[in-house]
Amino acid sequence: MRISGKYWTLIFLAALIAVTPLFFPSGYYFRVGSLLFVNGLAVTGIVVLTGYAGQISLGQAGFAGIGGYACALAPVHWGVPPALAVVLGAAVSGVLAYLVGRPILRLKGYYLSVASLGFGILVAMVLNNERELTKGPDGINVPDIGLRGLLSDWGLNLTNGEFWYALTGICLLIGAWIALNLQSSPTGRALRALHGSEVAASTVGIDVARVKIQAFVISAIYASVAGSLMALQNKFVTPDIAGFLHSVEMVTMAVLGGVASVPGAILGAGVLTLLPQVLTVLAEYEQLILGLVMMGVMIFLQEGLVPSILRWFRGRDE
Amino acid sequence: MSLLEIQALGISFGGVRAVHDVNFSVEPGEIVSIIGPNGAGKTTLFNMISGVYRPETGRVVLSGETVTGMEPFRLAKRGMSRTFQNLQIFQNMTVLENAITGFHLQERGPVLADLFNLPGSRRRARLAEAGARALLARVGLERAADRDAGSLSYGSLKRLEIARALAMQPKVLLLDEPAAGCNAVETDEIDHLIAEVAASGVAILLVEHDMKMVMRISNHIVVLDHGEKIAEGAPAEVSRNPEVIAAYLGTEAENADG
Repeated sequence: MRISGKYWTLIFLAALIAVTPLFFPSGYYFRVGSLLFVNGLAVTGIVVLTGYAGQISLGQAGFAGIGGYACALAPVHWGVPPALAVVLGAAVSGVLAYLVGRPILRLKGYYLSVASLGFGILVAMVLNNERELTKGPDGINVPDIGLRGLLSDWGLNLTNGEFWYALTGICLLIGAWIALNLQSSPTGRALRALHGSEVAASTVGIDVARVKIQAFVISAIYASVAGSLMALQNKFVTPDIAGFLHSVEMVTMAVLGGVASVPGAILGAGVLTLLPQVLTVLAEYEQLILGLVMMGVMIFLQEGLVPSILRWFRGRDE
Repeated sequence: MSLLEIQALGISFGGVRAVHDVNFSVEPGEIVSIIGPNGAGKTTLFNMISGVYRPETGRVVLSGETVTGMEPFRLAKRGMSRTFQNLQIFQNMTVLENAITGFHLQERGPVLADLFNLPGSRRRARLAEAGARALLARVGLERAADRDAGSLSYGSLKRLEIARALAMQPKVLLLDEPAAGCNAVETDEIDHLIAEVAASGVAILLVEHDMKMVMRISNHIVVLDHGEKIAEGAPAEVSRNPEVIAAYLGTEAENADG
């Protein structure tokens, strides 16, 4: 039953990604869609770290920044193809997450939040100040990923918007598949167990510090790949990608939709990506309405949108 | 050499000696109970043996290896398992998943295999699930397998915690008040379960307030008062010891005798 649940989620998500473009009134919506998918990918990493393992990171944007700037710098300085730069950025992010997490995750409590917050700020500072390399706060150009040309050689002609919509959609599906695999796997069970009770998890033989680091590294790789895709799609990246606000935005998306559930977190990413687009009509009230929606969800649907709604439906069945 | 040896174990909190110079040993298949009035240091002693607290003095020796103050997950690998006085159930999981977690040391494998749902990962998970279902049947929870652990009754949660500990196939099992808060029928069931587990060769260390149960199933009793061992021996012996009666048992000992 659990297995079919996993594949239903993926099938539903895939269908949604494939069918929605039929209703797009203009090409601009492809761009909004791919932005949503990239956010969804980063937030799926937060599901692994926060939803499964119960650890909170306030520095995910730091990893997004590393992923983004890897795609800007590696192709220019070391001749790495942009697509491979994504992998390089993910590897660097994973190693840094390990180095930051190793001393911190032996401790219980909120140390990871504080340490990751510091890490994110550090990355943003480096990106802002190392002008020689990063061109500073004004941002830097990112080379074209080059895959679109390859596709048109094979006779598949996509507009830039369509191409990125499809690529980020596929990446999100893969990311969701991996996170859902993890959930019902031995490692995922260990993560959820330590979330429930660290002392009991340790008692059954779970090396709590070790699996926490694994979760942190995995979530860092998600954030890094999302940052890379964002930079490659925009063909431009600024240090804002690593900013504190971006970290908070990711956590907010996850919590809004339901941090323990992959579809929930993706929905949260969707709502917070789309809402500002819709609310531009209301211009100066945008922030106000956003804040009210967040407060309403936290007060009335504390587990997040998707788990609360599912619970409501189950309650009605019984 | 005994399976588990406790040698001169002691700890103090803020200058107060919680446990001082406690010695005893446990053999395979033996049920050893630790009794004593509230605040005698029973749970503190348990927490030192199981690695939750690091003792200030003394040693814990498991199968001839000194394991004093070792983290619980390392003790788990060496065959020590425990339950908790204030239940430590994974409330965010189903009953079945709680039991499967007890198989962690058998089902864990490379993270990459788990991330990509490789056949090896699925096989490990399947084996653990089969084992967990069998254990749930053994403690009478098979029909609750897919329910949220949080929805179980207190007595059922106690049994679930024992099932999770048994999943590890421990050599030594520490049970901290397994019958607390259970009704007579549930106590009886847990009673039988403990005797059965001991009969299979597992060494059991028990803290329990239900004196009738302790007197009935223990092979050996260690009595603590103010953190020190004041007596030990067979149940009949201990219940006749004047010092023990004065410290703790009072009229209950006579009832248990009769």
